[in-house]
Amino acid sequence: MLELIASPINFFLVLSLFMLGAIGSLWYRKNDSIANYWSNFFAIAGSVWGIIFAIALFVVGRDLSFSFHLFPVSFFSLAFNIDLLAGFFIFTISLITLFCSLYGLGYVKHFYKKYNIGSLGFFYNLFIASLLLVVTAADGIFFIIAWEIMSISSFLLVIYEHRNTKTIQAGFLYLVMTFVGTTFITLAFLLLYKYTGSFNFGLLKSHIASVPLFIKNIVFILFVIGFGAKSGIIPLHIWLPEAHPAAPSHVSGVMSGVMIKTGVYMMLRLFLDILQPIPLWWGIVILLIGLISSLLGVLYAIAEHDIKRLLAYHSIENIGIILLGLGSALTFYALGMPALGLLGLIAALFHTLNHAVFKSLLFLSAGSVINQMHTRNMEEYGGLIRYMPQTALFFLVGSKAISALPPLNGFFSEWLTFQGLFQGIAQLHGFTQWVFILAAGSLAFTGGLALACFVKAFGTIFLARPRSQEVFHAKESDLPMHVGMGMLALTSILLGVFSGSVTRVLEKVGRDIGIFHDTLSFVSTSSYRGIHAGTDFSFVSAPLIFMLLTGIILVVIFVVYFLINKNQKIRQSETWNCGTSLNQRMEITATGFARSIIVIFRRVLKPSIQQRIEYHDADSRYLLKSESITMVMSDVYNKYFYQPLSATVVWASSQLKKTQGGNINVYISYIFIALIVALFLVL
Amino acid sequence: MLRLFLKIAKTSPMTLPVEDKELTQVNVAVVGKKIESKIRRLFHGSLAIRHIDAGSDNACEQELVALSNSFYDIERFGIHFVASPRHADMLLVTGPVTRNMAEAVKQAYEATPDPKIVVAVGDDALDGGIFKDSYAVVGGVSAVIPVHYHIPGDPPTPKIILYHLLKILEDMDNKVS
Amino acid sequence: MTILLWTIQLLFVPTVSPLCFGVIKKIKAHMQNRIGASIFQPYQDIWKLLHKDEVISKDASWIFRYAPVIVFSVTVAVGASIPILSFFHNPFGDVLVIVYMLSLGTFFLALAGMDTGNVFGDLGSSREMTIAALAEGGFIFSLLTVGIISNSTNLFAIASGDIFAHSQSIVSLLLAFGGFFIVLLAETSRFPFDNPATHLELTMIHEAMILEYSGKKLALMEWAASNKLLIFITLAINLFLPFGIVQSASLLALGVHSAIFFAQVFVFCLVIAVLESTMAKFRFFRLPDLLVVSFILNVIAIILSIH
Repeated sequence: MLELIASPINFFLVLSLFMLGAIGSLWYRKNDSIANYWSNFFAIAGSVWGIIFAIALFVVGRDLSFSFHLFPVSFFSLAFNIDLLAGFFIFTISLITLFCSLYGLGYVKHFYKKYNIGSLGFFYNLFIASLLLVVTAADGIFFIIAWEIMSISSFLLVIYEHRNTKTIQAGFLYLVMTFVGTTFITLAFLLLYKYTGSFNFGLLKSHIASVPLFIKNIVFILFVIGFGAKSGIIPLHIWLPEAHPAAPSHVSGVMSGVMIKTGVYMMLRLFLDILQPIPLWWGIVILLIGLISSLLGVLYAIAEHDIKRLLAYHSIENIGIILLGLGSALTFYALGMPALGLLGLIAALFHTLNHAVFKSLLFLSAGSVINQMHTRNMEEYGGLIRYMPQTALFFLVGSKAISALPPLNGFFSEWLTFQGLFQGIAQLHGFTQWVFILAAGSLAFTGGLALACFVKAFGTIFLARPRSQEVFHAKESDLPMHVGMGMLALTSILLGVFSGSVTRVLEKVGRDIGIFHDTLSFVSTSSYRGIHAGTDFSFVSAPLIFMLLTGIILVVIFVVYFLINKNQKIRQSETWNCGTSLNQRMEITATGFARSIIVIFRRVLKPSIQQRIEYHDADSRYLLKSESITMVMSDVYNKYFYQPLSATVVWASSQLKKTQGGNINVYISYIFIALIVALFLVL
Repeated sequence: MLRLFLKIAKTSPMTLPVEDKELTQVNVAVVGKKIESKIRRLFHGSLAIRHIDAGSDNACEQELVALSNSFYDIERFGIHFVASPRHADMLLVTGPVTRNMAEAVKQAYEATPDPKIVVAVGDDALDGGIFKDSYAVVGGVSAVIPVHYHIPGDPPTPKIILYHLLKILEDMDNKVS
Repeated sequence: MTILLWTIQLLFVPTVSPLCFGVIKKIKAHMQNRIGASIFQPYQDIWKLLHKDEVISKDASWIFRYAPVIVFSVTVAVGASIPILSFFHNPFGDVLVIVYMLSLGTFFLALAGMDTGNVFGDLGSSREMTIAALAEGGFIFSLLTVGIISNSTNLFAIASGDIFAHSQSIVSLLLAFGGFFIVLLAETSRFPFDNPATHLELTMIHEAMILEYSGKKLALMEWAASNKLLIFITLAINLFLPFGIVQSASLLALGVHSAIFFAQVFVFCLVIAVLESTMAKFRFFRLPDLLVVSFILNVIAIILSIH
């Protein structure tokens, strides 16, 4: 039975469900609610079938490899390779899509009569289908086609609310960055084609020896820039904080949870599978990129007061953590320690899944809040826990997961990443050991700063008193949105408590990659459903921690509230403010909360304070009417990198313009010169 | 630094001892309503005092500050001063309660959890003292919040405040048994 | 026997911790030439607070009501996971689990400080999260140093192993202990990070977050703070200065071990009290420098311990 499910037919069934959803949504575009229900229903059906397909694939343990030669050209075929790694990513994509589509059933209702729902459904389903194609493509050209479909459909989704000029600007920046990335990727594939004669991944892998090391290094740099631009590593991240907030929230959830992981997937596929054997410095470069991205990502997140930009910067931080796991895997394998390499790979895969789950949960709950408040500025929220209690609870679970607090899932993937880095510190020497120490230090500080950032986010949004009148009109979201968010929160908890089983599954997935077929495992999962690392180096057991914490909480509640002083009376009163009356301006703002950290890291963040003062009488300037103080972070990447770069490109183009004077005699002389040069080259 | 430590070690504490015969000479003015028995037994081990300055001329404050120094040492009886009225059992109010502070004193009283005691320290706090009938004062703490005990003096010396506090605790304990 | 061991492990930290606070206050009183309160005064304070009524702000939500329970339970759970009687195999005692469970407590404490909208609570939460974020690096790395020396990150394996076996690890142990001591002062809100006895709200960090609490919740919060102090002191003693660790379960050995342990706890309380009586609290923006110094000490310790 499972053999039947894990077959190519079913993969195409999944794809066709999404395509049916896309086409039907466009067909019914005149009727908003039918388009909404049709597109999301087929997205849900497709993702459910995708999950079943991935699970069957895993249980059967077979790789599916098939291709279609539709065109008479030899170098291009529609080749698919669905091994366990691709199956894992199919599972992640389908899981996130399932919950985001459930959420979308309720969320899209806010766009009725304002924008075209049919096109939203069409591009959404097309986007998901292209994501599935990206992770299963096994041919360079086919991959780039799927990649382009993914980029364009996500671009059209980002600019969905097209009447807002800022959205269009954000979408345009996203488009430019993604095409720059695609250029680098295409260049790298072309270089590989020149030396191996094929675009097919399988053939590339078997002929990799014919590529000289110098070319391989160039190809590595090109791929890192190309896929890094999609994943959002620093300094190629400038599109992420603009594009993710601009898109509709259920699309932001899919983009941030899954789309940026496709960059990571291809890095895994290329560096661990196709391009092996690789030199040591590749792993070290990935580690350095990971540690810089995670630390800078979380620092920029702390300085933000736009809720979706804050979450986007946290995506950058978590991609950094995933790259730490990948980098340690590459380093260990290149140094001849495959067991530790497998550990790094498991950590990276686990964090990919975890981040997808809790980041989409956070984006969905932020989307609910923004829908009610009509602004993304956190400084106008406050006290929403009284008006949107369930959304607050889901956001709390997401915050706890992203801050790596036990017993939720974020803690266990960071634990595994730490174990890999600890082993590196203990067993390596010289420069490599220093990189691992810096990486572990960066991960430690990132965890603490992420915790601070989410205390700020949750506190300013949901706690204390409202900071604006809009809060009083906020209402709780409707049932589909609750179901989507609630299921994600439940998944987060389950992935945490059953992390031992998840590690075992991921180990099997990791082993499916060629280089790790015969390695002994560094992690084992045995007693108490826990995870052992090494022979007694460390051990953690998720169910035990969960039971210990809940047990103690229950005992404390029973003893303190039911045994001691049962007749205690609780009176309600005003918040104490040293005898004065409180008003809403006395509450802390998001910027004020983060001010200490911003000042401590001022060399990195470069804050500047702008003051605007209005007087009652502009001449005498004695009585103040209003004063506003804004703390602004300067954007170093734009100022020192992208703007000089674009200025240089514009300058170079204007220099080149001089060759096109419009004089036809000059053009004829160009043709003549080109002819002479070509003759010389041939002879 | 080492010489400082040696000097501290060599000096014996000069804390004022509490003698029983002096206690009976002092009158405790009981003003206000009765308190249930449970509180008295409750407070004997640990008492948290929150001081409120209701427009006082700082004479009583200086004497209260002296209570925490090494000569009078109120901490040895388990009594300590706290910053927030939510942590307090006893409110110590000084000053004639100026009009500007009336609301603040009321809010502090509301913020203190039951069971609580209110003690008015100084002659000003009783009925205005030397500021009695002024346009700027409300006229004693009892005009704003219910007062249970009063310590007379302008200002009362720390020794008198200390003995009065002990008498209050004994008084509460006596009313229990 | 296992049940007895587990009961001691669970109840030791909550039962003994108020005594630490009492001893520190008594020593500080003697340094000020006073007699001071008795060393059992914190027990009386907690008992009185548990029997008082409460006043809760109208703006408070369920986080304010349940945070004290969560914070206290986290400290009890961490207390059950650290080596006190170290010959006992315990599946909870992993370095990262301890660090992040304490972060769970800090998370809810900071949220509770912000929940009522009390101005000083917000201020305290902001400062507490800054300090906690920067102290985590030093905390993880100091425990990692002893973990690498003992080749295990399980605290019980570290405590029952023989740390002083290699002579070259003494220097790295001392450096790591210095780093850990700075983190101890930071996480338990002692000088020079925070003054636990201050009445000036603008200088408070930990006290500011519990200004709105009263009655039972305040008792749990105060108790959790003293639990945290005892947890850190116990970690410092059993991981960095494991004199007199017993390997067997005989009664005499247990007695000797307990006596040495309590003597070491007293020495720590003495050092903390003397520090609080002789130095001033640092300006807030000097504290990150101190925490980064702790991190660097630990990095040097790790490098030295491997070579």
